[in-house]
Amino acid sequence: MVGRRTDGTRVRRPLSPHLQVYDMMQITSGLSIANRATGIAWTVGLLFLVWWLVAAAAGPRAFATAQWFFSSFLGILMLFGMTAVAWFHTLGGIRHLMWDAGYGYDLPTTYRTGRAVLIGTAVLTVLTWLIVIIAWG
Amino acid sequence: MSDTPTRIPLQSPLGRVRGLGSAKQGSHHWWIQRVNSVAMVPLMLWFIISVATMGGKEHAEVVAWIGHPLNATLLLLSIGLAFQHAASGMQVVIEDYTRSEMVRMAMILAVKAACALFGVLAAVAVLKIAI
Repeated sequence: MVGRRTDGTRVRRPLSPHLQVYDMMQITSGLSIANRATGIAWTVGLLFLVWWLVAAAAGPRAFATAQWFFSSFLGILMLFGMTAVAWFHTLGGIRHLMWDAGYGYDLPTTYRTGRAVLIGTAVLTVLTWLIVIIAWG
Repeated sequence: MSDTPTRIPLQSPLGRVRGLGSAKQGSHHWWIQRVNSVAMVPLMLWFIISVATMGGKEHAEVVAWIGHPLNATLLLLSIGLAFQHAASGMQVVIEDYTRSEMVRMAMILAVKAACALFGVLAAVAVLKIAI
């Protein structure tokens, strides 16, 4: 990208993020990338929410079709993935809001909150599906 | 790139920052995204837990749940915020990875159009059931 400094001189600046420079398997960069990926996944996942709502509004037959997909193997796999994605992005989002408020920038805290997001995602995803199984049964 | 000045700036650095900088919108987009995120935290907790209890429910039960005024209100808020959040989040992703101005503009507009379309569609579905 070609930009300009404040004195008007031209400067060639890299596009963010600099994919070649960093080791992306660290917990810091890994979770940052995952936060973006889960955001994009949720954007696509919203289409299934729209389908569910429109099918419910359209009537029992359309709803049965949607219900058939959501309770199929592929549907449950997708919903389970979306649950994990939703919890990860929600917890990751809270972590980002904490940073935005100016807290938790030092490395030990960053690692701790990062691990908390991962463990929280796993625990809450399992708990959510316990609710699903209990409600379904 | 040459370091020779190609134009004489008439704006001071402070003026440039106050004049909303190179992004043309200052921090507005960023701030709206934060406000939206804060609002979505309680809504997402409610949404995930609620939808989890909908597993295997009959059409009539699901319609009754969506049609309850409180659920319909929270659903409409969730839909509006989620699609607004998705549109502005995708915009940042596109801005980060797209080089050509035209491609970038076209993709951002397409994402915003899709988010508006599906957001209103979902809202109409909720309103049709609730009203």
